[in-house]
Amino acid sequence: MVRMNTLTTNTTPDAVSVRGLRKTYGDKVILDGIDLAIGEGQIFGLLGPNGAGKTTMVRILSTLIPPDGGTTTVFGHDVRREPVAVRELIGLTGQFSAVDDLLTGEENLLLIGRLLHVPAAERRRRASELLERFDLVDAAKRRPATYSGGMKRRLDIAMTLMGRPRIIFLDEPTTGLDPRSRHSMWRLIRDLAAGGVTILLTTQYLEEADELADRIAVIDRGRIVAQGTPDELKRRVPGAQIVLRFADEASFDSAALALPEGKRDDDQFVLRIPHKGGIHSLREVLSRLGEAVAVEDVAIDSPDLDDVFFALTGNPQKEQN
Amino acid sequence: MSSPILAVQDATTMLGRELKHTLRFPLLLVGTILVPVVMLLLFEYILGGPIGTGLGAAAHGAPYVDFLVPGIILLTVAASCGPTAINVRMDMSGGFIDRVRAMAVARGALLAGHVGGSVVRTILSTVVVIAVALLVGFRPKASVEAWVAVLGIVTAFSFSLAWLAAAIGLTAKSVAGANGLTLPIQFLLPFLSSTFVPAESMPAGVRWFALNQPFTAVVDTLRALLTGGSVGTNAYVTIAWCVAIALAGYLWAQVALRRGVPAT
Repeated sequence: MVRMNTLTTNTTPDAVSVRGLRKTYGDKVILDGIDLAIGEGQIFGLLGPNGAGKTTMVRILSTLIPPDGGTTTVFGHDVRREPVAVRELIGLTGQFSAVDDLLTGEENLLLIGRLLHVPAAERRRRASELLERFDLVDAAKRRPATYSGGMKRRLDIAMTLMGRPRIIFLDEPTTGLDPRSRHSMWRLIRDLAAGGVTILLTTQYLEEADELADRIAVIDRGRIVAQGTPDELKRRVPGAQIVLRFADEASFDSAALALPEGKRDDDQFVLRIPHKGGIHSLREVLSRLGEAVAVEDVAIDSPDLDDVFFALTGNPQKEQN
Repeated sequence: MSSPILAVQDATTMLGRELKHTLRFPLLLVGTILVPVVMLLLFEYILGGPIGTGLGAAAHGAPYVDFLVPGIILLTVAASCGPTAINVRMDMSGGFIDRVRAMAVARGALLAGHVGGSVVRTILSTVVVIAVALLVGFRPKASVEAWVAVLGIVTAFSFSLAWLAAAIGLTAKSVAGANGLTLPIQFLLPFLSSTFVPAESMPAGVRWFALNQPFTAVVDTLRALLTGGSVGTNAYVTIAWCVAIALAGYLWAQVALRRGVPAT
């Protein structure tokens, strides 16, 4: 082992390293030269609209489909050449729950334990531990058909954890969940990460990526259009603005004269002034406006990932379902 | 890495799951018993009279039921294709196969469970169908050795067809499609063989096909074993067909499994 280390690099490999990844189906290009790196212990968010290539990406990383080009490694193991080594390190919770509906919750966990060749006693111990942890003790002897969407998803993730994976791929873990289950899923994902597991999470919800991810890659039509921390991404769009709305053209025009740095929206009589932050900036802007000009409405507009998304992909996030 | 022992262990695990499924959702098993039983009654009591008289020398003087039952046994074996393809296909749409494929589980184990389950179900339903046949008046003249051979053929042929059905299940676009694609195996091929009437009695074009397709070889062998006739070279033809179909089904299934399903 020691000799190996002197021959190879000293740095630990990234949990996931992807360079120039390509995937096509027929003449349809699904992934068009993806580059990304996920550090160990990170929660990495892959954010994009439907059809952007998120699921294809997860399927390649979990060795379900081969890539067409580029190099893709998981903890240093190439997904093409060493799929078995990769499979021993990963856990996959796909977009559609992969629980067995004819087995009870507990039997599902035990089945996965058997397939992982976990010894019988350890298998039972781990299963009951996970049932406890995921609040499924009462449901353990029932079939998933009687579960709520959130419970099914929790069982799905519990099954993924039977193998103690070092990295977990969560493909749209909250799609289709009600707001409460979604929030408890978020808590669960944070707990997993706190336990040291690396997480790759795909989502079409900007709020979710913002909430959970240490780093985000925005994917659109098979390309990464931006990558960084949520804050870095937010910095890529214009900063906060004071938004002044006026009732009529006369007050709008005189306000625009008083505040020449403002960006005019002539159709709606709206003036946008860069906001330096704090109450002083706001007071200063309002005092320059003077008492005479009647303002209909004042608002402060902070950028969120939605703005980032629009700015980067150029297409509005489509409503889902 | 994946030693043969682990592979067998994985296959056994998947077989256990499959058998549990059968117990908890027995409808598919009931179906594979019901179809051959209905066919047996239909052919014995409704269509059997004229067919029996028309059989002439082919029946060697025995009643039609003795000619018919080996064919019904074959039909029972073929009927398992439906549930097997459906089960495999349902696993696919439920995402379960993907979960297992992303685990370090022996590749063959996945479908081996389905195939093993199919064979076990087939043997079960064959036993029930033979029991009904005895009630209806079937009087086999098979020795113990011949019965063992019958069991062997039922097992081998059901094993081959199960691999084919598994491959069909993997490639079908939907659950209904999976069942639909097995219908030629379940019905067309048995009818176009000497299952119900001797292949020799068929029109020229069909006769050539019937005489040379696997179902005729298998049913003729079963018939010879059960009625105390001589099997002749049919035994070798049957074994050859079993090996060929199993191999083709297995390879097709592996290709389908490796290719996977495109993301939607």
